[in-house]
Amino acid sequence: MSTRHVPVVERIFRANEGVAAEVRALCRQHQVALVNIMASPGAGKTTFLLATAHRLADRVRIGVIEGDVASSVDSDRVRAEGFPAVQINTGGGCHLDARQVRGALDELDLDALDLILVENVGNLVCPVGFDLGETLRIALSSVPEGWDKPIKYPAIFERVDAVVLNKIDLLPYLPFDEPQFRRLVAGLNPHAPILSVSSTDGSGMDEWTTWLGDQLPK
Amino acid sequence: MHELSVTESILDIVCRHATDAGAQRVKRIHLVIGDLASIVDDSVQFYFDFLSEDTCARGAELVFERIPTRLACRTCGHGWLPDTGDWTCPRCGAVGAQVVAGKEFYVDSIEVE
Repeated sequence: MSTRHVPVVERIFRANEGVAAEVRALCRQHQVALVNIMASPGAGKTTFLLATAHRLADRVRIGVIEGDVASSVDSDRVRAEGFPAVQINTGGGCHLDARQVRGALDELDLDALDLILVENVGNLVCPVGFDLGETLRIALSSVPEGWDKPIKYPAIFERVDAVVLNKIDLLPYLPFDEPQFRRLVAGLNPHAPILSVSSTDGSGMDEWTTWLGDQLPK
Repeated sequence: MHELSVTESILDIVCRHATDAGAQRVKRIHLVIGDLASIVDDSVQFYFDFLSEDTCARGAELVFERIPTRLACRTCGHGWLPDTGDWTCPRCGAVGAQVVAGKEFYVDSIEVE
Protein backbone atom coordinates (compact mmCIF):
# COMPACT_ATOMS: atom_id res chain seq x y z
CA MET A 1 0.00 0.00 0.00
CA SER A 2 1.39 3.41 -0.92
CA THR A 3 2.17 6.01 1.70
CA ARG A 4 0.51 9.42 1.44
CA HIS A 5 1.52 12.64 3.07
CA VAL A 6 -1.41 14.52 4.67
CA PRO A 7 -0.80 18.12 5.73
CA VAL A 8 -2.36 18.89 9.14
CA VAL A 9 -0.90 22.09 10.65
CA GLU A 10 -3.13 22.08 13.71
CA ARG A 11 -2.14 23.59 17.04
CA ILE A 12 -2.05 20.96 19.76
CA PHE A 13 -3.57 23.33 22.32
CA ARG A 14 -6.50 24.10 20.02
CA ALA A 15 -9.07 22.13 22.03
CA ASN A 16 -8.08 24.00 25.20
CA GLU A 17 -8.10 27.32 23.36
CA GLY A 18 -11.66 26.66 22.20
CA VAL A 19 -12.89 26.21 25.78
CA ALA A 20 -10.81 29.22 26.89
CA ALA A 21 -12.71 31.31 24.33
CA GLU A 22 -15.97 30.10 25.92
CA VAL A 23 -14.73 31.12 29.37
CA ARG A 24 -13.74 34.52 28.02
CA ALA A 25 -17.17 35.06 26.43
CA LEU A 26 -18.96 33.99 29.61
CA CYS A 27 -16.89 36.38 31.73
CA ARG A 28 -17.53 39.21 29.31
CA GLN A 29 -21.25 38.51 29.34
CA HIS A 30 -21.35 38.66 33.16
CA GLN A 31 -18.84 41.52 33.33
CA VAL A 32 -16.47 39.63 35.57
CA ALA A 33 -12.68 39.66 35.29
CA LEU A 34 -10.69 36.44 35.68
CA VAL A 35 -7.13 36.69 36.98
CA ASN A 36 -4.80 33.68 36.60
CA ILE A 37 -2.14 33.69 39.33
CA MET A 38 0.82 31.42 38.56
CA ALA A 39 3.74 30.67 40.88
CA SER A 40 5.89 27.95 42.43
CA PRO A 41 4.63 25.98 45.41
CA GLY A 42 5.37 28.03 48.51
CA ALA A 43 5.56 31.42 46.78
CA GLY A 44 2.67 32.52 48.98
CA LYS A 45 -0.15 32.40 46.43
CA THR A 46 -3.02 31.84 48.85
CA THR A 47 -1.84 34.45 51.37
CA PHE A 48 -1.26 36.93 48.53
CA LEU A 49 -4.65 36.20 47.02
CA LEU A 50 -6.40 36.69 50.37
CA ALA A 51 -4.48 39.89 51.14
CA THR A 52 -5.53 41.16 47.69
CA ALA A 53 -9.17 40.14 48.20
CA HIS A 54 -9.42 41.84 51.61
CA ARG A 55 -7.97 45.08 50.24
CA LEU A 56 -10.44 45.20 47.34
CA ALA A 57 -13.48 43.82 49.17
CA ASP A 58 -15.04 47.23 49.93
CA ARG A 59 -15.37 48.07 46.22
CA VAL A 60 -15.11 44.79 44.27
CA ARG A 61 -17.11 41.56 44.70
CA ILE A 62 -14.58 38.73 44.70
CA GLY A 63 -14.72 34.96 44.13
CA VAL A 64 -11.88 32.47 44.12
CA ILE A 65 -10.98 29.32 42.16
CA GLU A 66 -8.32 27.19 43.83
CA GLY A 67 -6.28 24.69 41.82
CA ASP A 68 -4.33 22.01 43.65
CA VAL A 69 -3.24 18.46 42.96
CA ALA A 70 -5.23 17.33 46.02
CA SER A 71 -7.11 18.57 49.12
CA SER A 72 -9.44 21.48 49.87
CA VAL A 73 -7.06 23.16 52.34
CA ASP A 74 -6.86 26.35 50.26
CA SER A 75 -10.54 26.75 49.39
CA ASP A 76 -11.52 26.05 53.02
CA ARG A 77 -9.17 28.84 54.09
CA VAL A 78 -10.59 31.26 51.50
CA ARG A 79 -14.21 30.48 52.48
CA ALA A 80 -13.34 30.88 56.16
CA GLU A 81 -12.24 34.43 55.35
CA GLY A 82 -15.58 35.19 53.75
CA PHE A 83 -15.11 34.74 50.00
CA PRO A 84 -16.95 32.24 47.79
CA ALA A 85 -14.47 29.61 46.59
CA VAL A 86 -14.42 26.57 44.31
CA GLN A 87 -11.73 23.94 44.65
CA ILE A 88 -10.39 22.13 41.58
CA ASN A 89 -8.37 19.02 42.35
CA THR A 90 -6.30 18.07 39.33
CA GLY A 91 -5.52 14.59 40.69
CA GLY A 92 -1.85 14.74 39.73
CA GLY A 93 -2.27 17.20 36.86
CA CYS A 94 0.45 19.85 36.91
CA HIS A 95 -1.65 22.79 35.71
CA LEU A 96 -5.23 24.03 35.38
CA ASP A 97 -6.85 23.92 31.98
CA ALA A 98 -9.77 25.84 30.51
CA ARG A 99 -12.20 22.94 30.86
CA GLN A 100 -11.66 22.79 34.63
CA VAL A 101 -12.16 26.54 34.97
CA ARG A 102 -15.28 26.38 32.77
CA GLY A 103 -16.70 23.78 35.18
CA ALA A 104 -15.80 25.85 38.23
CA LEU A 105 -17.60 28.91 36.82
CA ASP A 106 -20.88 26.95 36.99
CA GLU A 107 -20.45 26.75 40.75
CA LEU A 108 -20.09 30.50 41.22
CA ASP A 109 -22.83 33.13 40.97
CA LEU A 110 -21.22 35.18 38.20
CA ASP A 111 -23.77 38.00 38.41
CA ALA A 112 -22.79 38.53 42.04
CA LEU A 113 -19.06 38.88 41.23
CA ASP A 114 -16.76 41.46 39.61
CA LEU A 115 -13.48 39.60 39.95
CA ILE A 116 -12.44 35.96 40.15
CA LEU A 117 -8.94 35.21 41.40
CA VAL A 118 -7.67 31.86 40.10
CA GLU A 119 -4.85 30.22 41.99
CA ASN A 120 -3.14 27.88 39.53
CA VAL A 121 -1.31 24.70 40.55
CA GLY A 122 2.08 25.56 42.08
CA ASN A 123 4.44 25.13 39.13
CA LEU A 124 6.55 27.53 37.05
CA VAL A 125 6.47 25.45 33.86
CA CYS A 126 3.20 23.77 32.92
CA PRO A 127 0.50 26.37 33.68
CA VAL A 128 2.05 28.75 31.16
CA GLY A 129 0.96 26.71 28.11
CA PHE A 130 -2.71 26.58 29.03
CA ASP A 131 -4.95 29.54 28.32
CA LEU A 132 -7.75 29.56 30.93
CA GLY A 133 -9.74 32.32 29.23
CA GLU A 134 -8.37 34.74 31.78
CA THR A 135 -8.48 38.52 31.60
CA LEU A 136 -5.05 38.90 33.19
CA ARG A 137 -2.11 36.59 33.85
CA ILE A 138 0.10 37.25 36.85
CA ALA A 139 3.43 35.61 37.74
CA LEU A 140 4.07 35.64 41.48
CA SER A 141 7.69 35.13 42.46
CA SER A 142 9.06 35.32 45.98
CA VAL A 143 12.30 36.42 47.61
CA PRO A 144 13.28 33.00 49.09
CA GLU A 145 13.12 31.41 45.61
CA GLY A 146 16.11 33.51 44.51
CA TRP A 147 16.63 36.28 41.95
CA ASP A 148 17.58 33.84 39.18
CA LYS A 149 14.12 32.36 38.49
CA PRO A 150 13.66 34.41 35.27
CA ILE A 151 16.84 32.84 33.85
CA LYS A 152 15.66 29.34 34.63
CA TYR A 153 11.98 29.70 33.73
CA PRO A 154 11.80 32.40 31.05
CA ALA A 155 8.48 31.33 29.50
CA ILE A 156 6.30 32.24 32.49
CA PHE A 157 7.82 35.71 32.89
CA GLU A 158 7.53 36.35 29.20
CA ARG A 159 3.81 35.63 28.99
CA VAL A 160 2.23 37.57 31.84
CA ASP A 161 0.62 40.98 32.24
CA ALA A 162 2.41 41.72 35.53
CA VAL A 163 5.07 40.19 37.76
CA VAL A 164 4.63 40.42 41.52
CA LEU A 165 7.63 39.86 43.79
CA ASN A 166 6.31 38.60 47.14
CA LYS A 167 7.88 38.32 50.63
CA ILE A 168 9.99 41.47 50.33
CA ASP A 169 9.94 41.66 54.14
CA LEU A 170 12.60 38.91 53.91
CA LEU A 171 15.00 40.98 51.77
CA PRO A 172 17.23 41.96 54.74
CA TYR A 173 17.82 38.29 55.55
CA LEU A 174 18.42 36.72 52.16
CA PRO A 175 20.92 37.31 49.34
CA PHE A 176 18.26 38.35 46.82
CA ASP A 177 19.51 40.73 44.12
CA GLU A 178 16.36 42.74 43.38
CA PRO A 179 17.88 45.03 40.68
CA GLN A 180 19.16 41.96 38.86
CA PHE A 181 15.73 40.25 39.15
CA ARG A 182 14.07 43.37 37.74
CA ARG A 183 16.57 43.62 34.90
CA LEU A 184 15.98 39.98 33.91
CA VAL A 185 12.19 40.31 33.99
CA ALA A 186 12.33 43.54 31.97
CA GLY A 187 14.48 41.69 29.41
CA LEU A 188 11.87 38.98 29.02
CA ASN A 189 8.83 41.21 29.22
CA PRO A 190 9.43 44.96 28.95
CA HIS A 191 5.69 45.78 29.15
CA ALA A 192 4.91 44.02 32.43
CA PRO A 193 5.02 46.12 35.60
CA ILE A 194 7.03 44.52 38.42
CA LEU A 195 5.33 45.09 41.77
CA SER A 196 7.21 44.30 44.99
CA VAL A 197 4.98 43.31 47.91
CA SER A 198 4.80 41.59 51.24
CA SER A 199 1.42 39.90 51.67
CA THR A 200 2.06 39.53 55.39
CA ASP A 201 3.19 43.05 56.40
CA GLY A 202 1.25 44.76 53.61
CA SER A 203 4.13 46.63 51.94
CA GLY A 204 3.46 47.38 48.29
CA MET A 205 -0.04 45.88 48.45
CA ASP A 206 -1.73 49.24 47.86
CA GLU A 207 0.26 49.81 44.65
CA TRP A 208 -0.57 46.28 43.49
CA THR A 209 -4.30 46.51 44.22
CA THR A 210 -4.46 49.97 42.61
CA TRP A 211 -2.84 48.55 39.48
CA LEU A 212 -5.20 45.56 39.50
CA GLY A 213 -8.26 47.76 40.09
CA ASP A 214 -7.26 49.92 37.10
CA GLN A 215 -7.23 46.85 34.82
CA LEU A 216 -10.77 45.76 35.71
CA PRO A 217 -13.64 46.55 33.36
CA LYS A 218 -15.35 49.72 34.54
CA MET B 1 5.04 17.29 33.02
CA HIS B 2 1.76 17.67 31.15
CA GLU B 3 2.84 15.44 28.30
CA LEU B 4 0.04 12.95 29.04
CA SER B 5 -2.80 15.38 28.27
CA VAL B 6 -0.80 16.86 25.41
CA THR B 7 -0.25 13.42 23.88
CA GLU B 8 -4.00 12.75 24.07
CA SER B 9 -4.58 15.95 22.09
CA ILE B 10 -1.99 14.92 19.51
CA LEU B 11 -3.67 11.55 19.10
CA ASP B 12 -7.12 13.19 18.70
CA ILE B 13 -5.82 15.49 15.98
CA VAL B 14 -3.96 12.70 14.15
CA CYS B 15 -6.85 10.23 14.19
CA ARG B 16 -9.33 12.86 13.02
CA HIS B 17 -7.16 13.86 10.06
CA ALA B 18 -6.38 10.21 9.23
CA THR B 19 -10.10 9.37 9.14
CA ASP B 20 -10.84 12.43 6.99
CA ALA B 21 -8.16 11.27 4.56
CA GLY B 22 -9.68 7.78 4.43
CA ALA B 23 -6.47 6.24 5.77
CA GLN B 24 -6.19 2.78 7.30
CA ARG B 25 -3.05 3.38 9.26
CA VAL B 26 -0.79 6.25 10.32
CA LYS B 27 2.90 5.52 9.77
CA ARG B 28 4.60 8.74 10.77
CA ILE B 29 3.61 11.94 12.61
CA HIS B 30 5.55 15.17 12.14
CA LEU B 31 5.42 17.46 15.16
CA VAL B 32 6.85 20.96 15.43
CA ILE B 33 7.81 21.97 18.97
CA GLY B 34 9.39 25.27 19.98
CA ASP B 35 11.86 25.21 22.85
CA LEU B 36 9.63 27.61 24.82
CA ALA B 37 6.74 25.13 24.68
CA SER B 38 8.23 23.14 27.61
CA ILE B 39 7.57 19.75 26.05
CA VAL B 40 9.96 16.80 26.34
CA ASP B 41 10.18 14.58 23.24
CA ASP B 42 10.93 11.32 25.06
CA SER B 43 8.02 11.82 27.37
CA VAL B 44 5.57 12.39 24.50
CA GLN B 45 6.89 9.25 22.77
CA PHE B 46 6.48 7.25 25.99
CA TYR B 47 2.83 8.24 26.44
CA PHE B 48 2.14 7.92 22.74
CA ASP B 49 3.25 4.28 22.58
CA PHE B 50 0.90 3.53 25.43
CA LEU B 51 -2.13 5.63 24.36
CA SER B 52 -2.07 4.72 20.66
CA GLU B 53 -2.41 0.94 21.30
CA ASP B 54 -6.01 0.64 20.08
CA THR B 55 -5.99 3.40 17.48
CA CYS B 56 -5.08 3.73 13.80
CA ALA B 57 -1.85 5.42 14.90
CA ARG B 58 -0.57 2.36 16.71
CA GLY B 59 3.15 1.93 16.17
CA ALA B 60 3.47 5.24 14.32
CA GLU B 61 6.82 6.96 14.44
CA LEU B 62 6.91 10.44 15.97
CA VAL B 63 9.26 12.84 14.22
CA PHE B 64 10.08 15.94 16.26
CA GLU B 65 11.22 19.13 14.64
CA ARG B 66 12.58 21.35 17.43
CA ILE B 67 12.52 25.10 16.88
CA PRO B 68 15.13 26.95 18.95
CA THR B 69 14.12 30.15 20.73
CA ARG B 70 14.98 33.10 18.50
CA LEU B 71 14.88 36.64 19.81
CA ALA B 72 15.03 40.13 18.37
CA CYS B 73 16.22 43.13 20.39
CA ARG B 74 13.50 45.77 20.67
CA THR B 75 16.14 48.50 20.72
CA CYS B 76 18.65 47.69 17.97
CA GLY B 77 16.84 44.91 16.11
CA HIS B 78 19.67 42.41 16.54
CA GLY B 79 18.51 38.77 16.23
CA TRP B 80 20.06 35.97 18.28
CA LEU B 81 19.50 32.54 19.86
CA PRO B 82 19.69 32.83 23.67
CA ASP B 83 21.32 30.00 25.60
CA THR B 84 19.84 31.00 28.98
CA GLY B 85 16.87 33.00 30.22
CA ASP B 86 19.01 36.14 30.37
CA TRP B 87 17.59 37.96 27.37
CA THR B 88 19.93 40.95 27.43
CA CYS B 89 20.89 41.89 23.88
CA PRO B 90 24.46 40.63 23.24
CA ARG B 91 25.08 43.48 20.80
CA CYS B 92 23.75 46.66 22.45
CA GLY B 93 23.15 45.45 26.03
CA ALA B 94 19.49 46.58 26.04
CA VAL B 95 16.90 44.59 27.94
CA GLY B 96 13.59 43.84 26.27
CA ALA B 97 13.60 41.18 23.60
CA GLN B 98 10.82 39.96 21.39
CA VAL B 99 10.23 36.27 20.73
CA VAL B 100 10.53 35.62 17.00
CA ALA B 101 10.37 31.82 17.23
CA GLY B 102 10.23 29.10 19.87
CA LYS B 103 6.56 29.01 20.90
CA GLU B 104 5.44 26.66 18.10
CA PHE B 105 3.55 23.56 19.08
CA TYR B 106 1.56 21.83 16.36
CA VAL B 107 1.03 18.70 14.31
CA ASP B 108 2.55 19.58 10.97
CA SER B 109 1.62 16.55 8.87
CA ILE B 110 1.04 12.82 8.94
CA GLU B 111 2.10 9.99 6.64
CA VAL B 112 -0.67 7.47 6.14
CA GLU B 113 -1.54 4.42 4.11
